Amino acid sequence: MKYVPIIGLETHIELSTESKMFCGCSANYFGQKPNTHTCPVCLGLPGALPVANKIAIESCIKIALALNCTIANISKFDRKNYFYPDLPKGYQISQYDMPFGEHGWIELSNGRKIGITRVHMEEDTGKLTHAEVDGQKVSLIDFNRSSVPLVEIVTDPDFHDALEVKEYLQKLQQIVRYLGVSNADMEKGDMRLEPNISVAKTTDKKEISTLPPYKVEVKNINSFRFVEKAINFEVKRHIEILEKGDTPIQETRGWNENKNNTFSQRVKEEANDYRYFPEPDIPPFRFENSYIEELKKQIPELPDLKTSRFISDYSLSDYDAEILTREKNLADYFEEAVAVGKDHDVSSKQIANIIINKKIDITQVLPASLVKQIVEENKVESIDESELNTLISEVLKEHEKAVQDFKSGKESVIMFLLGQVMRKLGKKVDTQLVLAQIKSHLQA
Amino acid sequence: MDTKNLTITEARRKLDAKELSSTELTSAYLSQIEKYDAELNAFITVTRDEALKTAESADKKIADGLTLPLLGIPIALKDIFVTKDTKTTAASNVLKDYIPQFDGTVVSKLKDAGAIILGKTNLDAWAHGSSGENSDFGPTRNPYNTDYVPGGSSSGSPAAVAANMALMATGTDTGGSIRLPASFTNTVGLKPTYGRVSRYGVIAMASSLDSIGHFTKTVEDNAHVLQITAGKDEYDGTTPNKEVPDYLSNIKAGVKGLKIGVPKEYFDKGLDPKINEIIQNALKFYESQGAEIIDVSLPHTQYAIEVYYIIQTAEVSSNLARYTGIRYGSTRQNFGDEAKRRIMLGTYVLSAGYYDAYYKKALQVRTLLKQDFEEAFKTVDVLLTPASPSLPFKIGAKSDDPLEMYLSDILTVHANLVGVPGLVFPGGFVDGLPVGIQLLGKHFDEATLYKTAYTFEQANPFWKETPNL
Repeated sequence: MKYVPIIGLETHIELSTESKMFCGCSANYFGQKPNTHTCPVCLGLPGALPVANKIAIESCIKIALALNCTIANISKFDRKNYFYPDLPKGYQISQYDMPFGEHGWIELSNGRKIGITRVHMEEDTGKLTHAEVDGQKVSLIDFNRSSVPLVEIVTDPDFHDALEVKEYLQKLQQIVRYLGVSNADMEKGDMRLEPNISVAKTTDKKEISTLPPYKVEVKNINSFRFVEKAINFEVKRHIEILEKGDTPIQETRGWNENKNNTFSQRVKEEANDYRYFPEPDIPPFRFENSYIEELKKQIPELPDLKTSRFISDYSLSDYDAEILTREKNLADYFEEAVAVGKDHDVSSKQIANIIINKKIDITQVLPASLVKQIVEENKVESIDESELNTLISEVLKEHEKAVQDFKSGKESVIMFLLGQVMRKLGKKVDTQLVLAQIKSHLQA
Repeated sequence: MDTKNLTITEARRKLDAKELSSTELTSAYLSQIEKYDAELNAFITVTRDEALKTAESADKKIADGLTLPLLGIPIALKDIFVTKDTKTTAASNVLKDYIPQFDGTVVSKLKDAGAIILGKTNLDAWAHGSSGENSDFGPTRNPYNTDYVPGGSSSGSPAAVAANMALMATGTDTGGSIRLPASFTNTVGLKPTYGRVSRYGVIAMASSLDSIGHFTKTVEDNAHVLQITAGKDEYDGTTPNKEVPDYLSNIKAGVKGLKIGVPKEYFDKGLDPKINEIIQNALKFYESQGAEIIDVSLPHTQYAIEVYYIIQTAEVSSNLARYTGIRYGSTRQNFGDEAKRRIMLGTYVLSAGYYDAYYKKALQVRTLLKQDFEEAFKTVDVLLTPASPSLPFKIGAKSDDPLEMYLSDILTVHANLVGVPGLVFPGGFVDGLPVGIQLLGKHFDEATLYKTAYTFEQANPFWKETPNL
């Protein structure tokens, strides 16, 4: 009997728009004094109404497009009704049955395609802090985060191990950063991850046709490393239970980063009844194909395409191309330097090498300066041929043993002789030329 | 001075001619409130000092030659319009001490137009009701006979206008809450097209149905106010960017050639024959003025009230969810029976397993109701119907029977589900009790309603028959 982990992922990405999802308040709440970025709308005061943020919707559609989704021509917002003190209206404005994007995919390096079930838009909640004030246990609420735009991306249960999940997340992070729609900074809570994990018994991965009769959702994971650990922990736990002939309980578990384990939070008997219905305060949307095409045009070249283009256009290794395209800024910098380098006989490979090996700070060194630096280093001083010949003769005399070694077939010794000549020269000259001269002396 | 039979138009003329100051005018309305509101209970809050202060400043502005449409005109606001620094209760104990931080769009527009706010008027709590009896601050009484209800949910506003305690008062109409009370109080009440007037700053009852309107004595006054309140609002995504026409320019054009449709479903056997007589006389009048009367059918009318009580309660259950007791000062135990009933009904129809059978089906029928109107408006310009199948009823007569109360809205909910504008204006009296006539128009065609009503009003100035208090 073999066990195959079946994993799906829900990811929330907070957009980096100027204003919130449904009001004009600044969406940049990180590190701000509590309840300073609020207004009647995001406080949910009686009589206030939401008005949708166009940039946020366009950002969500761009994410969906980048994940190869089909974009809905007709869409709408819905109310998700539930009680929690951080939810000022008593409902969250979200999307239920008509998300902006559906049926997408993302390809992993092992060639497997992970299905994207849906990409939808919603608003964030306020933030509760449980503290002790004047000796009293209290819950404090900060509404600065209330109604900041969130995009939720749900995958199909297509992952079979934690590494696939990790790679997917890295790719997703890279894509939204390329799009410039989110900083996707884990530490600031811009990206929140919720894996759904179960383990299927099978003899062959390809034979899995029905999903296991349970799944476990893990919350509170704030790094890619922890998502990997949490999945591995859960898979092991599930297999142990399955080995005993039992089925793991369907539940929500939390990740404890100190103990490196998960713990039960809430047993899900059945899905919550959120009583979704169309949000009457925001009219439905109709996206014409021409409009979707327009948004598509605004999407920059995405990492995967850029990497393969770098390999073919700039004759880079897979490794170099991957490093240079990790961040769009770096890739742009590289290409700019290559363009400048063309006029100075500096190759793309040289530029790639210097950026990668010398860890160039691209915020400090302009691409043109970088090229200049390479040109300087390449510069060869002219040398008088008779002077060179004299020098070579001297060196060969001083190292007779080496000359003998060379003649008896140990050709690598020529590099030693080259070093000796170069040292005597004391300046930067064309080494190929020097090498050729040494060879002709030796073979004379 | 006497506030009897005064209109906005007349007051405006007197203020501009310096025959009258806003301070005198405002004082007169305040003293009318002092005299009669103890009995009528039209107001929850009277902002006397603030009103006099604003009136004084309005007088200065008038003296300086400033002209604003409502400069110096005393008005009242239904206590579901949030007002900065003035208590806004929605007539519910849940909000009995709630002081909002902002003025809604309509309140701002009225203030910017120079209006003097006398106070906040009574209503059925959360606008849930058809009689005004559901108020946690006691029922409002009908100025024409204080044993009777003034209609609801906007109960205090029309009572204040009818009893000469304000020149205009705002209302909200989710299923008839302006039109039914206008009919019961001999006032002119407009429910504008959904989206014509911003809902921002009006405590939501059922968001896809709520229309923001007002009560006046005359049709002309009513058009005058809509001119101020109508238009796109960047704070309300459901207000389209549609031009606001000049509602007064065409008001006197008459009805010659106008095609008035009479939907047969509104004249069911439940209709009081005396009300029907008033409607038939009105139709005869219009015919005599050159209008063409055409029988039409709105075949799905019978389903309107069921659809309404599904969609409305669903939205109510969601809109009231924020009053958790954590904020706004009062716990959920303060919700009255009617609010609890609607929260439960609405929660039920949205619940998993019931959604398709109730809410989704209701949305489908709502589409059919819209098609009914589209079809009718292919042949007619306006529809004329009674506003209520029965006369104003006595206080307490229906309060033990919620279903009977719900049926009071049977002739008005249709317009809310479809979003078309409705205007109710005085059609006469039966046994000393007022009877209104309802006009329903095409989307955004309030101008035709005004023109039609104005023609009748000029020949039949029932508005001058003020109550004997």
